[in-house]
Amino acid sequence: MYTQGLDQKQKKSAADPADTPGRLAAFQARIDADEKIEPKDWMPSGYRKTLIRQMSQHAHSEIVGMLPEGNWITRAPTLRRKAILLAKVQDEAGHGLYIYGATETLGVSRDNLVADLLSGKAKYSSIFNYPTISWADIGTIGWLVDGAAIMNQIPLCRCSYGPYARAMVRVCKEESFHQRQGYEIMLELCRGTDEQKRMAQGALDRWWWPSLMMFGPSDKTSEHSAQSMAWKIKRISNDELRQKFVDVTVPQAEYLGLKMPDEDLVFDQKTGHYRFGEIDWEEFWEVLKGNGKCNRERLEARNSAHDKGRWVREAASAYAEKQAARDAA
Amino acid sequence: MSKTDWPLYEVFIRARSGLSHRHFGSIHAADETMALDHARDLYTRRNEGVSIWVVKSTEIVASDPADSDSLFEPAADKIYRHPTFYKIPDDVENI
Repeated sequence: MYTQGLDQKQKKSAADPADTPGRLAAFQARIDADEKIEPKDWMPSGYRKTLIRQMSQHAHSEIVGMLPEGNWITRAPTLRRKAILLAKVQDEAGHGLYIYGATETLGVSRDNLVADLLSGKAKYSSIFNYPTISWADIGTIGWLVDGAAIMNQIPLCRCSYGPYARAMVRVCKEESFHQRQGYEIMLELCRGTDEQKRMAQGALDRWWWPSLMMFGPSDKTSEHSAQSMAWKIKRISNDELRQKFVDVTVPQAEYLGLKMPDEDLVFDQKTGHYRFGEIDWEEFWEVLKGNGKCNRERLEARNSAHDKGRWVREAASAYAEKQAARDAA
Repeated sequence: MSKTDWPLYEVFIRARSGLSHRHFGSIHAADETMALDHARDLYTRRNEGVSIWVVKSTEIVASDPADSDSLFEPAADKIYRHPTFYKIPDDVENI
């Protein structure tokens, strides 16, 4: 999902001597009893490391996720749509900040997290490396991308790490508006002229497969699932979530009168699930490696915003120092 | 890249009058005024509160989870501190 990078192979790090078998067993017992782990509690170094990676990738995704939509703020078709889009993009910034804040409780600094994003060292979701070329893309992102995000984030509300779970509760409450405003955009286009309908179909054609890729590699090839499941960091597998998403989304497309760009898509009466075609995993890995349509553009935009904001941050710090010195005098 | 090193503030919000302030999360800010502004932007976009407290995270003194047993265990065996410990006949009323 927002943390697909986790599913890539990692170098095995040396075992931490503090992770004694007794402590590990006691920790697992707490997890098995559905206790929440809080920042100052003892935790295995692998648990901490996995969470830092997963949560920071999630936060980075929220931040980079502002860019494809920000592209349309000045060109939203009405004042109503512009106000909605502004609020949504502001929410994404908020979600990034909630999650960065929760990540910092694990003992990493915000500056280092941001530096890793800006240098390209850190990963973020593949989905934000696709371009938003028409207004219908904004509808499709809300409907599909935020819809997929909700699917993924609802189980994370029950994640074993307290601060992450609490951040997810807030995020999920806000995310529902994102999905509904997107579907409303699609409804309006699909009830419009032939040209508007074509625009809606074109956006669906471009975003459907990348949306399915958001759930990460197939369970057959995912590297980290088992341990994350045991630690209750991850609660439902990639393929299960993807199937759930397809099952709820296909009828929504039918209501719009749109066709999913998948010739193999068929409802299986026996299982009660939709069967769908093979995902282009080569494309997925290429985008994750940095070779998607917009990877370079996204990083450049983040770096440029960071650089152009430098004087503001410096001025705020200088002002705070001056006030503190005045108070001390 | 420039380091900002702004201190971390913990944010507490009163949802409405009559309720106490509750911990919501944390934010970075250069000073107290900015901490309040940021807390307002980040945590009250949907009428979540009517009052905000911010306090530097380093100013909070917290108990150590390692001391949990010695701090909180002794309360567990003092069940006579709870009203249900006492048996009162059913026909005694208003107690």
